[in-house]
Amino acid sequence: MTRIDDTFARLRAEGKKAFVAYVMAGDPDYETSREIVLGLPGAGVDIIELGLPFTDPMADGPTIQLAGQRALEAGQTLDRTLDIARALRATGDETPIVMMGYYNPIYSRGVATFLEEARAAGIDGLIVVDLPPEEDDELCLPAQAAGLNFIRLATPTTDDKRLPKVLTNTSGFVYYVSITGITGAAAAQATDVGPEVARIKAQTDLPVIVGFGIKTPEAAQAIAGVADGAVVGSAIVERIGKGEPVADVLAYVRALADGAHRG
Amino acid sequence: MPDDLINSFMTGPDEKGRFGDFGGRFVSETLMPLILELEAQYEHAKTDPDFWAEMDWLWKHYVGRPSPLYYAERLTERLGGAKIYFKRDELNHTGAHKINNVLGQIILARRMGKTRIIAETGAGQHGVATATVCAKFGLKCVVYMGAHDVERQAPNVFRMKLLGAEVVPVTSGRGTLKDAMNDALRDWVTNVRDTFYCIGTVAGPHPYPAMVRDFQSIIGKETREQMMEAEGRLPDTIIAAIGGGSNAMGLFYPFLDDKDVAIIGVEAGGKGVNEKMEHCASLTGGRPGVLHGNRTYLLQDEDGQILEGYSISAGLDYPGIGPEHAWLHDVGRAQYVSITDAEALEAFKVCCETEGIIPALEPSHALAHVLKIAPDLPKDHLLVMNLCGRGDKDIFTVARALGWDMQG
Repeated sequence: MTRIDDTFARLRAEGKKAFVAYVMAGDPDYETSREIVLGLPGAGVDIIELGLPFTDPMADGPTIQLAGQRALEAGQTLDRTLDIARALRATGDETPIVMMGYYNPIYSRGVATFLEEARAAGIDGLIVVDLPPEEDDELCLPAQAAGLNFIRLATPTTDDKRLPKVLTNTSGFVYYVSITGITGAAAAQATDVGPEVARIKAQTDLPVIVGFGIKTPEAAQAIAGVADGAVVGSAIVERIGKGEPVADVLAYVRALADGAHRG
Repeated sequence: MPDDLINSFMTGPDEKGRFGDFGGRFVSETLMPLILELEAQYEHAKTDPDFWAEMDWLWKHYVGRPSPLYYAERLTERLGGAKIYFKRDELNHTGAHKINNVLGQIILARRMGKTRIIAETGAGQHGVATATVCAKFGLKCVVYMGAHDVERQAPNVFRMKLLGAEVVPVTSGRGTLKDAMNDALRDWVTNVRDTFYCIGTVAGPHPYPAMVRDFQSIIGKETREQMMEAEGRLPDTIIAAIGGGSNAMGLFYPFLDDKDVAIIGVEAGGKGVNEKMEHCASLTGGRPGVLHGNRTYLLQDEDGQILEGYSISAGLDYPGIGPEHAWLHDVGRAQYVSITDAEALEAFKVCCETEGIIPALEPSHALAHVLKIAPDLPKDHLLVMNLCGRGDKDIFTVARALGWDMQG
């Protein structure tokens, strides 16, 4: 059982849906980013997705691209991203942290070294966008062996024939990307997402969380209502990018979390 | 020739799309089903005589193949050493080798029922070739091009527009080929149903590196036959410039198992392969990493962030290299060297003045290496350089670099 498994067990017991929030580590700078992450659990976030900045985020839209650029320009590194996770754990908080990003910074560090450091820093799971099941030997299997969840994205192009391949070796939860496209694009309708979630749940016992394009508490509620929870990323990152005060960002996150929890 | 397949350099990639440890399929899940479908379709087409009959007809009547293997007599005399031949792929329709591959991919796209073609381009040669073939077949064409490249390759931008393509300037990053490829991938992930991504080089996720190599291999196949006809034997050395490495892979591949043929790839050394990374020599100055769907040598910092690189040549301005080149480098079958901007410009001038051929800046890099090694080789040493593109597109860049006034 990881912190992620524990969290879903608790939410199920409470009859609540999960709210997952994504922020880019080091955006707009290390200190601000750290303050935001430390505030997320108090704002109702059940799982934190901590973005690992990368120069070439080929599956991300402009909002996340710019966030990554801001973070890198402010000197964010893999070590300082792990520092943010350590800072949260140092407060005694047990909110699961999923590191989300691209493979090269991890590969560059060395998979074994990275897994050891990530686990020690209090990271619970990984979402690595450019590692499909075909490349499971690279990081997915070593990560599971090291006790980290490896969370896979399922998409509208993942048909029934391919779904078992995607679900094998997936743990923690399944992240259903509700549209074909990049992060921050237009949202899918809950009425369209529901059947897709059901299709995935027919083949797995893992919780299914839905993301991409959710911007309002109402949308978070609607999407969470047809799944096990909702993810919001770009809409939060956009506010951080505009330079909104941390308290305002967290108030917005609180509203989204309340929406998802009502779902 | 090796006696068995185990010793062959021509069996890659394996079923995971790997050349040794390089290559692979490092893409998001949304694209994975598309890539698998493409692989299946390509595997089918590869053994379909109708597919190759269509290719051969278009290569001959639309592209103008075979391109000549030309004895560069004055250059040979000037250098006083190896006998130098140019493989004249700059004479192809659209002025470069790029169209060899584009035809193959567009025919495949048509077979797959795709109606919208996207491409990335650096120097604009691949963009022009894609726009050209799309116009011929009445397909919608969108070309992603770094904003910096749009500026330095204006003639090609205009050509693409004349051919009916939409050119999208990419402003993310430094606005070069790498960034164009990112945005093309973002387009593809969004428009999965009707869109075919026509990649211009031997990089990207499997099956692209193998497929593009196979289409470009016409260069090396013709060279073998033409050299046998001209000299009665195979060349001693073959040389080509490398950005992603498609013209080089096309020339090299049919010679990989001819162990007496020396193979040399020339990377862009920019201002010199130094710590400031003002170059694009991935093999000389980079290390293995994962970008744009494959593992290969990349210019990157110690934290795995990709560096921009630099070259006067937009076509070589890419921080990676095709995975098969990375493998050939590691196993030692090919040698990879780098040439600076200044050396390439000098070779550009030499080619104009001694052979009456204005080369593109990309093959000027390969020629610069020829200028370095040919004088010390014996007169019966047969050397083939792939003159993979013509220089019309580069005259403004060259004029600026040499400080010439184009009006005067």
